[in-house]
Amino acid sequence: MKVTIDNKEIIANNGETILEAAKRAGINIPTLCHHPKLSNYGGCRVCMVEIKGMNRFVASCTTPVADNIVVETNTTNIRQSRKTVLELILSDHPNDCMTCDKTGDCTLQDLAYEYGVKENPYIGAMRQYPTEDKNPYIIRDFSKCILCAKCTRVCNEIRGVGAIDIMKRGFYAKVAMPFDEVLDCEFCGNCVDVCPVGSLTEKIAKGKGRTWETRKVDTICAYCGVGCGITLHIKDNTVIKVTPTEKESVNNGSLCVKGKFAYDFINSADRLKKPLIKKDGKFVEATWDEAIDYTVKRLKEIKEKHGSDSIGGLSSARCTNEDNYLFQKFMRAGIGTNNVDHCARY
Amino acid sequence: MEEAEKADVIFVIGSNTTETHPVAALGIKKAVRYKGAKLIVADPRRIDLCRFADLHLGHRPGTDAALINGLLKVIIDEDLTDKKFIAERTECFDDIKDSLKQFTPEYVEKITGVPKERIINAARMYANAKNALIYYTMGITQHTNGTGNVRALANLVLSTGKIGREGSGLNPLRGQNNVQGACDVGALPEYYSGYQKVNDEKNQEKFEKAWGARLSNKLGLTATEMTEAADAERLKAMYVMGENPLLSDPDINHTRHAFEKLEFLVVQDIFMSETAELADVVLPASCFAEKDGTFTNTERRIQMVRKAVEPPEEATEDWKIIIKLSNAFGYKMEYKSPADIMDEIAANTPQYAGISFDRLNGLGIQWPCPDKNHSGTRTLHKEKFTRGKGLFTKVEFIPSRELPDNEYPFILTTGRMLTHYHTGTMTRRSAGPNEHVKEGYVELSHEDANRLNIKNGEKVKVSSRRGQIDIKAKVTDMVSQGIVFIPFHFKEAAANMLTSRELDPVAKIPELKSCAVKIEK
Repeated sequence: MKVTIDNKEIIANNGETILEAAKRAGINIPTLCHHPKLSNYGGCRVCMVEIKGMNRFVASCTTPVADNIVVETNTTNIRQSRKTVLELILSDHPNDCMTCDKTGDCTLQDLAYEYGVKENPYIGAMRQYPTEDKNPYIIRDFSKCILCAKCTRVCNEIRGVGAIDIMKRGFYAKVAMPFDEVLDCEFCGNCVDVCPVGSLTEKIAKGKGRTWETRKVDTICAYCGVGCGITLHIKDNTVIKVTPTEKESVNNGSLCVKGKFAYDFINSADRLKKPLIKKDGKFVEATWDEAIDYTVKRLKEIKEKHGSDSIGGLSSARCTNEDNYLFQKFMRAGIGTNNVDHCARY
Repeated sequence: MEEAEKADVIFVIGSNTTETHPVAALGIKKAVRYKGAKLIVADPRRIDLCRFADLHLGHRPGTDAALINGLLKVIIDEDLTDKKFIAERTECFDDIKDSLKQFTPEYVEKITGVPKERIINAARMYANAKNALIYYTMGITQHTNGTGNVRALANLVLSTGKIGREGSGLNPLRGQNNVQGACDVGALPEYYSGYQKVNDEKNQEKFEKAWGARLSNKLGLTATEMTEAADAERLKAMYVMGENPLLSDPDINHTRHAFEKLEFLVVQDIFMSETAELADVVLPASCFAEKDGTFTNTERRIQMVRKAVEPPEEATEDWKIIIKLSNAFGYKMEYKSPADIMDEIAANTPQYAGISFDRLNGLGIQWPCPDKNHSGTRTLHKEKFTRGKGLFTKVEFIPSRELPDNEYPFILTTGRMLTHYHTGTMTRRSAGPNEHVKEGYVELSHEDANRLNIKNGEKVKVSSRRGQIDIKAKVTDMVSQGIVFIPFHFKEAAANMLTSRELDPVAKIPELKSCAVKIEK
């Protein structure tokens, strides 16, 4: 069907929402609660648009396209409405961007900037909750929550876990575990990844760096064989955060507790940092040349005395294809044995 | 991964998917919850995936072959086979028919403990589906009859023609990030890269020419055989890169004993693992975030791994260490970067022939990829199988080598849990997981706990003929009476102190999923 959005004629698909059709046409309608992989929610009212001939604004994320409708997404009236919505949200949101870990990566902050929201014309009661950080992974600051329900939807719809939902109503509404207990779930961290504000953040990333200070490198998770695409956020020489890659990937925006949260081993103080040679039962630090020379000397002695097949090599399912290829090449062409295997059987 | 959504029935056997492959499990859950797929879960434990299952077959550990044969028997008896597929794509179907005679639902119920109605239902559900996927992991393979178990599954797939198209097939989920790739590029005792046999003269010649070296045509030892050879003092030295057999091997008392006999051990790793502690030389290596290269995932997808940070102090990339060592040893290696190494892999490996780093953006490429213009292969066995026709093989039911008795009355099965990974070297050094799950545990049924007067959280002694550990009891309905489960990540209560090193005679996989233990307060 044919629709017109911001004077642009678009061929829209049946059942598509205005927001989706606009997005395909390169028209960006701002939203806080919409996520393309989740059900349509219509909660934040930021994505309101005008349809010619209708006497009220509609939420573009829940309104399906209709043949020949004419939509405006960015009129003065619409912008004023959005600004009011943002003012209302911010009237119950702590104004502490300067210490918030989400700063620079916060949709609410970006929209407040775009719409010039500064003063709070709606002074009144604000929700005040203690920060919940008793669980091992996630800092949950409900005073920052805008109740967009992305976290509850991702938990239920994508993960099939349903650990959290919104309890109570109105001013008292809050995302919670049953009986509002300390978070105890699979800790996949998908709720953190979809949170548009600073309500949910990674515990280990706290205070480690601002988003604009980090470099981002796309790579593959080092745990199971699924091969999830991950983005490493790096400040200086330290990985401070992991998120599912936004590019096309086998995991399609999801990770598990290991991929999301088990990366600080990289900077563990226990890392081996120097070659070691055992002398009288104790490890002594050595230079690379000493360690390599000693290893070669011992391997050569043993090869000469007992033959190539008296030496074996265990390669690694954790290492890259390139590491593994060179390892087996060294065992076969260098040492001269086919005694090479890895832990495929465990 | 998204293939699960195209299946009408998904049959998961011996895979605790939501914990060991959580993101792959999302596809299964989505297929069941939103696409109307039916789910059959066969696992001795009431794993999380059972929440979504239409049928749970809770068979006793080690009885997989009997269960699968039982399903096939129902399918044949009820005439639910795919006759066209059997005639055109397979051979030796008639040979196995006779061997299935004894596997009546009644007989299979007796062996597996699964009610016969469920066996019949599952068989019908699987056979009647237009498309059906099977997922399995180590729950199938880590048995002395592991090869038989996989063959039984292959029989099931072949008899119903559920392979070679999207939404159908037999899928092992690989447990480690690059176990597929390590196999592909020849880290195996019987193959060069691309599964080219080392004892085939043509291959030997090909690689001698490519590598400029004399090569042995004698099959090498598998990892488990190396431990035995070290114990017998036939193997004198080992080079271990990024592996920790002293926690992951079965019967680690024995493994330690064997490794201690080595005259020389060099270990290249990122941490001082249990294995590194025994080494004569330890070489500090790099982790995944500190090097460029590729991993090949469980769907044969070759993906780029990118260097993000520098390794600490003098630690360095594994490929650089191997080059250093090889050159010092007198076998020359010259590569400027991992991209060069991949070019050599591509030149010598037919399945990887079209792979080079400049092609591996985004989703990577699924092998076989025979040339630079090929976009990769999503589904295998479409027109024919690697060997031509799909071969039916008789599979006997061989019970686990060690069965419970009066002295050791419980069956112990081992595996992973969600929060930790393998020998814990990485996850236990990560703050969140380490705070979340600090120690190991033994899962025990309510019935057994009551009988032995064991409370949840209480310390118990678990022992087998090979060793003993002290461990916290977790009383749960995950396991049935007579069965206990221990995750193997925790060195302080190492499950592999107890496990048996009986091997599958073909695949040389140890029977980590079933041995006999006793539990005392």
